[in-house]
Amino acid sequence: MKIEKILVANRGEIALRAIRTIKEMGKKAIAVYSVADKDALYLQHADASICIGGAKSSESYLSIPAIISAAEISGCDAIFPGYGFLSENQTFVEICKHHNIKFIGPSVDSMVLMSDKSKAKEVMKKAGVPVILGSEGALDSVEEAKKLAEQIGLPVIVKASAGGGGRGMRVVEKMEDLEKSFLAAESEALSAFGDGTLYMEKYIKNPRHIEVQVIGDSFGNVVHVGERDCSMQRRHQKLIEESPAIALDEKTRARLLDIAVKATKFIGYENAGTFEFLLDADKNFYFMEMNTRLQVEHCVSEMVSGIDIIEWMIRVAEGEKLFDQSKIVLKGHSIECRITAEDPVKFIPSPGKITKYIVPGGRNVRMDSHAYQGYSVPPHYDSMIGKLVVWGEDRTRAIAKMKQALSELQIEGIKTVRDFHLNMMDNTDFIENKFDTNYLSRY
Amino acid sequence: MDKNEIRELMRFFDKSEITKLKIKEGDFTIELQKGFESGVTYTSAPVISAPVAQHAAPVQPSVVSSSAEIASPATQAGISIKSPMVGTFYKAASPGSEPFAKIGSVIKKGQPIAIIEAMKIMNEIEAEFDCRILEILAEDGQPVEFDMPLYAVEKL
Repeated sequence: MKIEKILVANRGEIALRAIRTIKEMGKKAIAVYSVADKDALYLQHADASICIGGAKSSESYLSIPAIISAAEISGCDAIFPGYGFLSENQTFVEICKHHNIKFIGPSVDSMVLMSDKSKAKEVMKKAGVPVILGSEGALDSVEEAKKLAEQIGLPVIVKASAGGGGRGMRVVEKMEDLEKSFLAAESEALSAFGDGTLYMEKYIKNPRHIEVQVIGDSFGNVVHVGERDCSMQRRHQKLIEESPAIALDEKTRARLLDIAVKATKFIGYENAGTFEFLLDADKNFYFMEMNTRLQVEHCVSEMVSGIDIIEWMIRVAEGEKLFDQSKIVLKGHSIECRITAEDPVKFIPSPGKITKYIVPGGRNVRMDSHAYQGYSVPPHYDSMIGKLVVWGEDRTRAIAKMKQALSELQIEGIKTVRDFHLNMMDNTDFIENKFDTNYLSRY
Repeated sequence: MDKNEIRELMRFFDKSEITKLKIKEGDFTIELQKGFESGVTYTSAPVISAPVAQHAAPVQPSVVSSSAEIASPATQAGISIKSPMVGTFYKAASPGSEPFAKIGSVIKKGQPIAIIEAMKIMNEIEAEFDCRILEILAEDGQPVEFDMPLYAVEKL
């Protein structure tokens, strides 16, 4: 099926990122926007743009009727979901199908399979993927949790099955804290996700976050686009991402990539997805979760592979056959710094009008952003205003390039985390690759 | 006031900075208004034939005899009934039936005024206040955006 016109069901930098590829491919891009985004300049790059609702996400970017209706009145034959909003909403995918609109992403079945984290773990175990010791599915009671914690040994972590973003999650170091932590996580999960189901895992202290980008087609072919290291996080929010992950030796990397490809084939996954793993100090990796969508940090994989991941998402959605793995040659090193409208020390959001905006340039420097001088960062959405991505022949050169690029980046009128990243590029631990997902909480 | 006087008045009004003028002389009333805007701007999509967003009517003269009950246009500038959702606008309950509103119709609060089709569902749009229809701004069967003006109205 040839896709002619694609509705971009997202906003900000990823909407612009998708519009670029769609138009490069000779297709039509339709943008949608809320009243809070009505003045955003990136809307002009779409072939048409449609106002779909109020500033609140629930009235616009999360409104299934508004988005489907916009796709129908503009005659779109496909929807590109991006990340966040409706990108992992199973009902939305089903409704797209009912309306004969191709959802550019995985099938509902794959989404259902991977969305429940305890079920996903069971499936991965069957696929031969190393998983962290823990409960087989959901925990029914505190008593069951206690018994299991004794079995697998402390520390353990209790997590919400429906969770994400660090909510509904508690680390238990001492047995006497277990009951309190269990109940706290349960009520937090219930209020945050409407589902208090918990599961338990062995807690890996100070792990690295390593993930593998995969793409599957409708013929069962799967390729990987290398791995990424996203260990530089603050409260489970990624700040700096890199590819390749130099914490891996060649043998471990080869095994990790091979397992991710096999797992993708095992579940019959189509389109782009990401397997997230935790790497412990002894170089053991464990499956954490699969993201059944495009990720913010896909750019670093594009930089080292030279492929356009969104282009391939669209091509496999059209029923095209994937290229062979041997066609992907991973080269050099890429780093991405997320530029958010936040205070660089306390990370307090700083929406408002950008009065000065100068972006860096030069060889192998990429700024994916929808911002510009005069743009007002609305307070209703994510604080990310762009991603600064560089490529260097090796990690040392990439760090040097990022440092130069960050020093060229000038954004005034709002606060941004630029200075945090600049400091990080001079930080000895970062330079020597001595950090883990908890590094910033100790920093 | 004869035609020449009205013309003179219009010229004067057009050059002045006044946006609204009402003159009443016995049985005779004249009302002039300019810069009648919907108060809403939106990006109109090229593929979607959006209606004119702003009513660039510099002067809208109307000569009304006070004894006759004829609609007087736009006593309150810029009031419109807007689309609460993105979809397809229909001005009647079904094809061929009487439209919900015509120019001059008096609509009561809660009275259906349009159908917006979204996701194959016909959503009946009701007037949120008593009003008189001054202008129909969307064509039957036309795609409309959220917040797009459908009718220019006068609040009653």
